[in-house]
Amino acid sequence: MTGPGYNFAYLDEGTKRMIRRAILKGIAVPGYQVPFSAREMPMPYGWGTGGVQVTAACLLPEDRLKVIDQGADDTTNAVSIRRFFERTAHVATTTSTTAATVIQTRHRIPEHPLREGQILVFQVPIPEPLRFLEPRETETRRMHSLEEYGLMHVKLYEDIARHGTIATSYAYPVRVEGRYVMDPSPIPKFDNPRLSDCAAIQLFGAGREQRIYALPPHTQVVSLDFEDHPFDPGKAPHDCDLCGAVDSYLDEVITDDRGGRMFVCSDTDHCTCRRAAGHSGRLAAPLPAGRA
Amino acid sequence: MTPEALAGGFARPAEEAARGFRGLLEVLARPGLILRLGGAAPPAPLGAAAGVLALVLLDRTTPVHLAGGHDCPDLRDWLAFHCGAPLVGAEEAAFAFGRWEDLHPVARFAIGTPDYPDRAATLVIDCPRLEAEGARLRGPGIRGEARLSLPEIAAFRANRARFPLGFDAFLTCGDRIAGLPRSTRVEDV
Repeated sequence: MTGPGYNFAYLDEGTKRMIRRAILKGIAVPGYQVPFSAREMPMPYGWGTGGVQVTAACLLPEDRLKVIDQGADDTTNAVSIRRFFERTAHVATTTSTTAATVIQTRHRIPEHPLREGQILVFQVPIPEPLRFLEPRETETRRMHSLEEYGLMHVKLYEDIARHGTIATSYAYPVRVEGRYVMDPSPIPKFDNPRLSDCAAIQLFGAGREQRIYALPPHTQVVSLDFEDHPFDPGKAPHDCDLCGAVDSYLDEVITDDRGGRMFVCSDTDHCTCRRAAGHSGRLAAPLPAGRA
Repeated sequence: MTPEALAGGFARPAEEAARGFRGLLEVLARPGLILRLGGAAPPAPLGAAAGVLALVLLDRTTPVHLAGGHDCPDLRDWLAFHCGAPLVGAEEAAFAFGRWEDLHPVARFAIGTPDYPDRAATLVIDCPRLEAEGARLRGPGIRGEARLSLPEIAAFRANRARFPLGFDAFLTCGDRIAGLPRSTRVEDV
């Protein structure tokens, strides 16, 4: 038992069975959104209820769980979900990408490449990539069944017509194994190349919309584009001001009211590990003792 | 129902079901991988790995088909007590258990609909042997290629040709299990 009143990992076994069946069907049809009967969780919609249910269905007592929110281990959403599973599943938690066996994420893929045996669980707000183009579920479902994705290309084309370039910068649509168009959740398009041929299992949970989908390891995932406007993952023209990384995804932080700003790695574990290894950026202060 | 039907379940249900599921997830996500699953002791002819799958995934919402020699009183009773799954004909089954020759013709099983390809059957095939050799597998979950001893090639090729429709399969041999989702391309070598 794991404490008074709760089953291991909060959900009852019947619910976990239902979620586990949906995950397996999602693995069998990569990119297809499997409906599931999402439960109310003790947190509001939009705070990762889908990801939490997928994580709960996967967790083993000996797992090491990492939770990130926009790359950071220390923001409210990440801290509260980590504590939730510390309390209900008594699993060990970590902030290290390499030490974690299960990683629940909101809106980022860790900078450090994932390995075989790891599971990455995405929190998804709107799982249907066609939803803002076609509001009717009956129609989007038919579009997926007929592989009718012309509307999505029209949307990207209109971006080019209006802005000269594809302006979609996050939740950038992808095609999975040449079949389903999938919403990669609101990760920056910078992270899109990491979805493809990833060694870890990637699971996507949308609680409010009651959908689960999945990418098995080494699945081919292609960001939609045009021959004359190839996909560009984009990169802020800066280095990290703390660790000096030249190739990581950056957050812009306003530091005063006179236009001062700094750019720091969005992935806090990546940044901390680099600084501990001696790398240093433009504004880096020495690490406090014991942090390394 | 005999007293034996009451035995053979998980000793620690939440933990062992989680462990069983992670095994099922790994083998289905990496076709060709063979893992051992333990914790269940179902009556013959169901093997230990297939028993774990039953305990992890089956309940009263999952119609089950028992094919050939698997359709015996001992196994019916065991599934009734531990899972509560209704027993049905092949056409209505969400899960089917049996030897490959007894599951034939596999065209009977649900392959989902274009709108809902997830509404497809999962076949749990009891194999006399299960080795990482024989048919060549390619597709999602496989780095390069993998090998797996399949009972037949043609049926799985036909199944892949209908993607995203099709049934999904687990191959079991005693406590060993491998996964073969409909997304896998199968070649004879």
